[in-house]
Amino acid sequence: MPSAEQLVTALGWCIVICPIVLLCVLGLSSLLSRRLPEEVINALLKTTMIVGLTSSILMLALMLPMSNPHVTIEGGKWVHIPEYEFHFKLIYDRLSIPFIILSFVLCGTIFAFASRYMHREPGYNRFFVLNAVFLLGMTVTSLAGTVETLFAGWELVGLSSALLVAFFHERPAPVRNGLRVWCVYRVSDAALLIAALTLHHFGHTDFEKVLGSESWPYGSTEVSDHEALVVGLLMLLAAAGKSALIPFSGWLPRAMEGPTPSSAVFYGALSVHLGAFLLLRISPILEKSPLLCALIVTLGLSTAVYATIAGRVQTDIKSAICFASLTQVALIVAEIGFGLRYIPLFHILGNGCLRTLQFVRAPTLLQDRRLLENAIGDRLPKSSSFWRSLLPHTLQIWLYRFAIERGYLDAMIDDYIVAPFVAVFRFCDRMERRWTDYLSGGKSRESDEADGTPGSLEEFL
Amino acid sequence: MTDLHLPWLELSILFCLIGAVWVSRVKVPHVARNRALLCSGLALIATTGAWLDFDFLDAKQADDSLHLLSHLAGRELLIMDELSAPLLPLAALLYFLVILATLHTKIRRFSFAWNLVSEAIILAMYSCKEPWGIIGMLAVGTIPPFLELRERGKPTHVYIIHMTLFVLLLIVGWTFAEIEGTDRIHTLWVVIPLLGAILIRSGIAPFHCWMTDLFEHASFGTALLFVTPIAGAYAAVRLVMPIAPDWMLRSIGLASLFTAVYASGMALIQIEARRLFCYLFLSHSALVLVGLEIVTPMALTGALCLWLSVGMALGGFGLTLRALEARRGRLSLTHFHGLYEHAPELAICFILTGLASVGFPGTVGFIGTELLVDGAVEAYPYIGVAVVIAGALNGVALVKTYFILFTGTQYASAVSLQIRTRERFAVLLLAALILAGGIYPQPGVESRHRAVEELLHERESRAPVPTTIETPHHHH
Repeated sequence: MPSAEQLVTALGWCIVICPIVLLCVLGLSSLLSRRLPEEVINALLKTTMIVGLTSSILMLALMLPMSNPHVTIEGGKWVHIPEYEFHFKLIYDRLSIPFIILSFVLCGTIFAFASRYMHREPGYNRFFVLNAVFLLGMTVTSLAGTVETLFAGWELVGLSSALLVAFFHERPAPVRNGLRVWCVYRVSDAALLIAALTLHHFGHTDFEKVLGSESWPYGSTEVSDHEALVVGLLMLLAAAGKSALIPFSGWLPRAMEGPTPSSAVFYGALSVHLGAFLLLRISPILEKSPLLCALIVTLGLSTAVYATIAGRVQTDIKSAICFASLTQVALIVAEIGFGLRYIPLFHILGNGCLRTLQFVRAPTLLQDRRLLENAIGDRLPKSSSFWRSLLPHTLQIWLYRFAIERGYLDAMIDDYIVAPFVAVFRFCDRMERRWTDYLSGGKSRESDEADGTPGSLEEFL
Repeated sequence: MTDLHLPWLELSILFCLIGAVWVSRVKVPHVARNRALLCSGLALIATTGAWLDFDFLDAKQADDSLHLLSHLAGRELLIMDELSAPLLPLAALLYFLVILATLHTKIRRFSFAWNLVSEAIILAMYSCKEPWGIIGMLAVGTIPPFLELRERGKPTHVYIIHMTLFVLLLIVGWTFAEIEGTDRIHTLWVVIPLLGAILIRSGIAPFHCWMTDLFEHASFGTALLFVTPIAGAYAAVRLVMPIAPDWMLRSIGLASLFTAVYASGMALIQIEARRLFCYLFLSHSALVLVGLEIVTPMALTGALCLWLSVGMALGGFGLTLRALEARRGRLSLTHFHGLYEHAPELAICFILTGLASVGFPGTVGFIGTELLVDGAVEAYPYIGVAVVIAGALNGVALVKTYFILFTGTQYASAVSLQIRTRERFAVLLLAALILAGGIYPQPGVESRHRAVEELLHERESRAPVPTTIETPHHHH
């Protein structure tokens, strides 16, 4: 009979191994060009989801009676040299267990939904490979016991997200929006990496050492106020990118170009809450700096106001839901800034489940609405907002324009960051051209003539 | 000194040289390619054998058994140590894969014989610890690309000017170093020429234009093989690191840091795939140099890990671009190409190799990048963050290129653009190496750390601790 400790360890590993198995099987079949039949993929999805979810629930059940529900599973030193160690460590506590259960429940639901929704799609296998990458990223991020492990999961989530936005890749719009999402995620990743480096620089990498070994949310940190502010600001930047807070909110409606099931689980439920999760994870650091908390509250509330205004003028249902979700995410962030811990966690769980339901219901809801309107022979009545009548007409118009342009956030990033960046490097490119032309004594760039047309197909044949 | 069980190093060079002669005697391109493939494959087996043998011996350095070359030269010329042990099979692998994946489209314009000569030179350079031997190989190595450019009627001025300057500076610098001897702090007569030579060969801005020019005019395969082994870094480690004062290493490090960010920014605005590749490579090779010049165990280990991962990842990335060029001609980045449906395996290889180059988790570049970034920030707390920025920009450039080449439209082709068997083998081999190195990185990191210990030991034993910088005036 295995001891409780052995059982907990086995279950803990089981939770991580499920997404790894899923990714290995689906990824290898893609790499080797051996496409698996849909039935096989579905069976694999079901098995791994059921095993993963059951393990998570059993883990919760075993941990409930514990006085200090904080289990650490050591994966050993993945890399170790005298000057550096990459410790693979997983933490199961009051924060990670609910999050991992939510991940398995929602991913399982969405996989079941998508197996029909994506039936006979040419990219069926690719869709589930990317979702497997996402699930692994979510699992690793949720359970990470060190900053490096968290960073690894964080990047996996970002990549799968960008590639899924561009899932329907034969059209340019999803691809452009996927690239936009990727750019914001890279900024977020860079901020997280710099935060991790800063922690290294201050001599800490292990969450248990940085945040204390008490179970969340009762940890305490030994980092100084100044260190807490620096690391916290970087983490806040990372969280803002991942959770689409101001000024990065523009990518969220763009991400709706992806398939509805992935939009549901990514931007309605899990991925969009990762920023808030990160802030909850480092909550002992936040408590060290009132200035940081004030900034978090300000960012959260301003994003909530922005999102609720922008959400009211959206003309497609997915964008409307994503702004509604963003409003709640921003409120969750504000709650964290106010020093609350359990309320934001429950808020995440509730918002995630509700938005997933709304996303997957959206296509049939439109159909139902059309049926109703056909039945009554008229448009369904719209109720006018009470607040709207209080606003002067000019302000209403201004707010409408502000909302329809999504707060001009993307335009501002384009004008003040992207355009100067491109201008500087294009100038450098022109200077380099002059220099090589001068040295060559003539035109030096053959690449100007590149047009992407086949040169010699006969030879290729 | 410990002996290897077979004359692996001599054999690997000999296979390439014999192969070059053998290949040059045939006019039929297919036959030439098959012969080149055989010889390159044998060189790969020999270098891999040397690496495994060396690992088995557990020695600090080892030389060939039988000592054939030693009898002729009167001293040991070919030596394998912790630094060069994995570099040799890496270089041989790159040559083998480029020859293997050369399609019919390219087979007539790609010189197999000269590339085998280049392979022999690079293997000889990596097997050599003698300064003049390395300088000789670096100088001779610049000739095959020049001959190809001239044969194809392409402009050679930019290449000749830079390479001549590089070789001259190297010779001048090392001549003064020998005159001054190793028991004193070197003067600027040594330091400045060597610094210049390293900056030029490594493509550090503003001395990088020869590399973009080479990619413009040479065949993709030749340009790829000339740059991906990162010979400039080898020269820096063998010639400069043991004798250079700290301020010189710091100067190279800062110039490299600037180049890493500059090249990653330039990669983002390129409108043609080869140039984009060149800038991505410049950015990564500059990152390797950043780590090498920081001279702390962590940064050095990161740089040596990154050296291998960049060679493998960007070598594979370049091969994928070359395979696409074989199908579509020079690739413009101003419009979508939509090639995913035609060659999904190439798309997977493209994204996998690209991600490995930027140090994505689960790939071979991850730990190297982590170590390097940590080391850089430790050495330069604020500007070290530039390494992170360069990585972020490179990641954006990579995914942008992926989207442009493989997605965005539906490309209708009258002929099948499917991946060929040879290419599939190359893709799968690279993918396996990249993922295996990512999932189980410890042996690689450990081996690089041992190499670092050797390098630092050599630096400590050869160079007196510099406290002041001696100028030529002082010397006179």
